[in-house]
Amino acid sequence: MFSGFKHSLSTLSVCILCLLIPYSCTDTEEPDCCEEMPSFENTPFDRKALLKSWADDIIIPSFERYVKSLTVLNDRATDLTNDPSMASLENLRESWLDAYSSWQSVSMFDIGMAETIGLRNFTNIFPTDVDKINETLNRDSYNLGLPSNFVVQGFPALDYLLFAFTGEELMQNKLVNTKYTDYISTLTERLLMLSSDVLSDWKSSYRDEFIRNDASSATGSVDKLVNDALFYYEKFLRAGKIGIPAGVFSGTPISDAVEAPFSKIYSKQLFLAGLGHFKNFLNGELTNGTISDTHLGTYLDAVNAEKDGTALITLMNKQLDEAKLLGERLSDNFQDQVETDNIKMLQTYDELQKAVVLLKVDMLQALNIKVDFVDADGD
Amino acid sequence: MKNSLIKYYKSNTEAAPLAAFRILFGILMLISTIRFWYHGWIEKLYINPIFHFKYYGFDFIKVPGTYTYLLFIAVAICCVFISLGYMYRISMTLFFVLFTYIELMDKTTYLNHYYFVSVLSFLLIFLPANAYFSLDAKRNPSLSFQYIPRWTGDSIKFLLFIVYFYAGLAKLNKDWLLEALPLKIWLPSKFSVPILGDYMHYEWVHYLFSWSGAIYDLTIVFFLIYKRTRPYAFILVVIFHVLTRVLFDIGMFPYIMIMATLIFFDATIHKKILKYISVIIGTKVSLFDNQRTFKFSKPVIEKITVGIICLFMLFQIIFPFRHLSYPGNLYWTEQGYRFSWRVMLMEKTGYAQFKIVDSKTGKRFYVDNRDFLSSFQEKQMSTQADFILEYGQYLGNHFTSQGHENIQVFVESFVSLNGRGSTEFINPETDLMSLNVNLKHKTWILPLDE
Repeated sequence: MFSGFKHSLSTLSVCILCLLIPYSCTDTEEPDCCEEMPSFENTPFDRKALLKSWADDIIIPSFERYVKSLTVLNDRATDLTNDPSMASLENLRESWLDAYSSWQSVSMFDIGMAETIGLRNFTNIFPTDVDKINETLNRDSYNLGLPSNFVVQGFPALDYLLFAFTGEELMQNKLVNTKYTDYISTLTERLLMLSSDVLSDWKSSYRDEFIRNDASSATGSVDKLVNDALFYYEKFLRAGKIGIPAGVFSGTPISDAVEAPFSKIYSKQLFLAGLGHFKNFLNGELTNGTISDTHLGTYLDAVNAEKDGTALITLMNKQLDEAKLLGERLSDNFQDQVETDNIKMLQTYDELQKAVVLLKVDMLQALNIKVDFVDADGD
Repeated sequence: MKNSLIKYYKSNTEAAPLAAFRILFGILMLISTIRFWYHGWIEKLYINPIFHFKYYGFDFIKVPGTYTYLLFIAVAICCVFISLGYMYRISMTLFFVLFTYIELMDKTTYLNHYYFVSVLSFLLIFLPANAYFSLDAKRNPSLSFQYIPRWTGDSIKFLLFIVYFYAGLAKLNKDWLLEALPLKIWLPSKFSVPILGDYMHYEWVHYLFSWSGAIYDLTIVFFLIYKRTRPYAFILVVIFHVLTRVLFDIGMFPYIMIMATLIFFDATIHKKILKYISVIIGTKVSLFDNQRTFKFSKPVIEKITVGIICLFMLFQIIFPFRHLSYPGNLYWTEQGYRFSWRVMLMEKTGYAQFKIVDSKTGKRFYVDNRDFLSSFQEKQMSTQADFILEYGQYLGNHFTSQGHENIQVFVESFVSLNGRGSTEFINPETDLMSLNVNLKHKTWILPLDE
C-alpha cells in the first residue's frame, strides 16, 4: 500500500521534473542524418522530406533565379547611368519586368532572413508615394531602411521612375539629372543586396535549420511556411492585387492601388504570375515542369483529406483554376479594368475568396496546422 | 438513511489533507500566474487587443489597461497568503474574485481549467483549510484544529468527481467513440514526441486513446475512493495527465489535476508531505496536533456555509446539462457548451468574413478582421456564434460612429468540425445588427447536415 504510494510519488516527481524542463530533443537526438527509412504501409508522412524539397527544389532555386534577375536589373541600371540612351532604357525596363515577375515566385516565402529583415516591405509595397519619391531623390542623404520609406523604393518606385514618363520625356527631362539615375541605381542595388543576403543565408545556415525544425507546432517549419504562404495568398494576392483596387474593403474602387500602375499593362501579368507560383507551391511543381515527389498535395492525400468524396487538393486546384480563368479574362491593365468594368474584378475576387475557405479551413484542419502563432494554452 | 446521513455529517477526519491541498493549490496557482506573465500573455491576450469578447451579462467587466498587471500581482500575493494560510478566508475570497474577474475580461481565453480554478477557489472559501499547519492557526491557537468535519474534504472529492465524470459522459458520442475524432486529427502530427511519436499515425492508437480516455474519465474517481485500488489509480492519474501534457499544449492543467487528486489519500501521507515542508520552513507539524475538533463559531454560520455548498453542488450537477434545452448539434452550435467539462472534444476551424452594407444605397465593403482582432481572437471568433454576433455588432457600431449610415452587417462564415469539411455556419442573409444578444436558441446558425 505504502510502497505503492511512494512509488507513485517518485513517478510523479520524476515526471514533473522532466516536464518542467521544456523538452526539446531536436538538437541532441537528431544527427544530420539521413539513412533511408524502410518504406512500409501506413508510415507517417515524412515532413523532413517535404521541407527538404521545399528548400532545395523550390525556395532556394526561386531565390537564385530572382537574385540573378536582379543582377541583370542592377547592371542595366548602371548601363543607363553610364549611357542614358533609348536602348539602355528599354533594356532596363525589360529587366525590371523580368525581376518583378520573378519576385512573385518568392514573395510568399516570408521566413528566415526574409522575415527578419522584412524583405517584402522593402520590395513591393504599393501604391508608391510619388511626391515622396521626388522629394527623396533630390535629397543629399536618405535612409531607405526606415519603415516610413517603404513607399519610395522597390519595384513600385521603379515602376514610377521608369514608366511614368514617355521615353522621350525621360531622355529630355529626367535622365539628364544624375540624382534621378543615381536613385534608380540605389534602388536596384538595394533590391539586389537584400535578396542576396536572404539567399546566402538560406545557403549557408538557414536551410539546415529549416529542415531540422520538422516539429508540428506553431514554430515548426511546415506550420510556419504554410501560414506564410496562406498569409501571402490572402493579403497580398487576393486583397493586394485584386480586392483593394476593386474596392472590396472600402466600398469604392481605388484604381490607383493596382500593382504597377505606371507601366499600365503588366498588372494582370504580375497577378497571374503570383497565382501560378502559389499553385505550383501547393502542388510541388518546379519551374522546369517536373513535379516534386513530396508536396502539400501528397501530404493532404497522406492524411486522406477530402471533402464530399473529392480529394481536397483537387478541389483547391479546381478553385484556383477557376480564379485564374476569370483573371485571364481581365484587361492587361487592371486600372482600366477597375474604371470600366469593376464587376469582373469583383468576380475574380470572389473566386479567389472561395479558395481561402478551402485553404484556411479545410487544409489547415486536415494537416492540424494552427493559424498563426497562437501560443496560449488549449484544453 | 437519515441517521447515517447525520452520522456522516457529524463525523470528523484529520485536517492535514485539506491543509496540504491548500498549500499545493497556492503554489501551483502562483506558478501559473508567473508563467502567464512570463509568456507575455497579459499584454498579448488582455492589454493589446482593442476589442474584448464579453460573457453574457458581464459586459461591465473591463480590462483595466496596464493596471491589469496589478491584478496579476494581487492574485500572486493571494496565492502566497493562501499557501501560508495567512488571513486565509480573506485571501481566498480575494483570489476567487480577482481570478474570476481576469477570466471574465475576455471569453476568448476561456478554458475549462480556468473555470475549474474559479469553481474550486469558490468552494475553498467555505472550507476550514487554514485549521492546520497555517499561519492563522499558529498565531491564534483558538483557530487551530487537528480534526475537521469529514464532509469538507469530501466536497472537493465530489467536485473532482463531477469534473471527471462529466468529462467522461461528454466523450460518449459518435465522433469520439466510433470515429476516434478529433484524436485522429491531432495525434498524427505528434510524431516528434519521443518514443510514442512513432505510433501516433496508427488508427488503432487513436481508438485506444479515445476509448481509454473515456473509460478513465468515467471511472477514475471510483478507483481513487476505494482504498485498495487508490495507489494504482493515482499512478494512472499521473500517467494520464503527463501524457496529455506531452501531447497537447494544455499548460498547468495536468499538474493541477495531479495535485488535486492527492486529496483522496488519507492523512498519513499528507502529514509526510507537510513534514517535508516543515523541514524547509522550520515549523513543526506536531505543533498542530492538538486533538481539537473544528466547530463553526456560530450555528447560523454553519447553516449558511452548508447551505451555500449544497446549492453550489446542485448547480454544478445541473448546469452542465443546460445544452439539452437547445436544439441542434451541440458541437456545431456550442449553445450550452462551456462550463460543462467538455474537454478536448472537437477540432474546429473556421473563417468568417464580415460584410458592411448601407441598406439604402446598397454600397458594401468587407472588413479585414486583423484591423480589430488579435489572431487568437479571430481564431476563436470564427467558430463560435456568440463571438460572431458580438463582433458583428461591434463592427456595425464602429462604422456607424465613423459616419456610415443605415448599416447592416452580414457574415460569410465557414466552419469545419472534426474533419467534416468546410460548411456554411451562419445564415449569410441575417443582418447581425437586427439580432439581440440573449441566451435563446440562435436560429440564425445554419444546421449541420449529418
